[in-house]
Amino acid sequence: MSTLAKNILRFILFILVQVYILDRIHVHYMVTPYVYFLFILWLPFNINRTVLMITAFALGFTLDSFRHNPGFHTAACVLIAYIRPFLINLLIPQEGAETNYDEPSAKSMGGFAPYTVYIGILTLIHHGWLFLLEALEFANFWYFLFKTLFSLAISLLLILVTELLFNRKQKFRTNTV
Amino acid sequence: MNEVTGRVNTQYNKIEYYLQLKKTNDSLVKANEKLYNKLKIDFDLPDTVSKTEIDSIRVDSLVQFRKYNYLEAKVVYNSFTQQNNFIELGRGAAGHVKKDMGVVDPGNAVVGIVTDVSNGYAVVMSLLNKDSRISAKLKRGGDVGTVTWDGKEPNRLELTEIRKSAKVNKGDTVFTSGYTTAFPYGLMIGTVDEVIPDKSSNNYFIKLKSTANFYGLQYAYAIDNLAKEEINKLLDKVKRQNQ
Repeated sequence: MSTLAKNILRFILFILVQVYILDRIHVHYMVTPYVYFLFILWLPFNINRTVLMITAFALGFTLDSFRHNPGFHTAACVLIAYIRPFLINLLIPQEGAETNYDEPSAKSMGGFAPYTVYIGILTLIHHGWLFLLEALEFANFWYFLFKTLFSLAISLLLILVTELLFNRKQKFRTNTV
Repeated sequence: MNEVTGRVNTQYNKIEYYLQLKKTNDSLVKANEKLYNKLKIDFDLPDTVSKTEIDSIRVDSLVQFRKYNYLEAKVVYNSFTQQNNFIELGRGAAGHVKKDMGVVDPGNAVVGIVTDVSNGYAVVMSLLNKDSRISAKLKRGGDVGTVTWDGKEPNRLELTEIRKSAKVNKGDTVFTSGYTTAFPYGLMIGTVDEVIPDKSSNNYFIKLKSTANFYGLQYAYAIDNLAKEEINKLLDKVKRQNQ
């Protein structure tokens, strides 16, 4: 399957799972898990930056349309899409290693640790920004903090499950830069 | 955009609706029971001395004096896990649903207000929305306040702007005041669950249990207020005069 077809399929699946399954969950009347933004984290290394941000915008906008939100998710998605290239540059083991594999994964980023950091930081930024925007008129700091931390924990757990369930097979492409 | 998401939601709802048929059916049977119990033939006069006299003045009570008209609609999307929840109805401008109409569930309990309409779909701001404010009245005492939601627990609403001089007990009924054009007088909103005196003001802070169950909503009615245009015209006129 070509990269484009695969990603279009992923886009649709992530949105459907988020809207019709995960949005119905409300742990302790506080936490709703989010997994859909994993789509952005799984996009190929060699994607053009403009395309990356436009894709992230489309993803966030689609979810916001379903939830009738005024652009909370769009903002959070574009933010993590903007930060993603910097983070990959920081975490990749050696220069040019991103050409060896297609997309970010534990294997292509040279181990479990850098990949976990990559996922963890972007999830934290996504959730933090999302709940900050949602809570701006609320002004209850502790509620906001607890909500962010609990959501982070549950989302990370779900991402781990997703990674284990859907093992993305990736071919080693080349060693030369 | 409402049109697109509405179509996708309709497809998904076909499955969900099928799985909840039993529950939906039960709620409709309950609503029917309530209506049957209001029929004229259920009541008898206490004695034979008094008798009903039919007024000889001809009044076309169906057309001219009808003030509200209920429009049936299928719920295609419903959320309750966010801080700003919306409901999507599978009936829109083509089905005469208009902005600012009130929406009730099959048991005639308040669910929300229509905020946006496309050709085939309508978006309803649920009571479970931080921006939702609905004028409400306490059945006992008749004090009028506003029903809001704090963004946390579904099916738990808040009633504000009730003076401490009001008599409020747990279990008291709260219904619509009829002061706005969205809802007629006396539609159930909820029952008082907890009364907390607000220390910083002269008001109570009242927690309500909502009558409408937001979890299994499959059908709803939009309420068309036929006198709305006239009322709004009058209000506009007064506003312009006061400027």
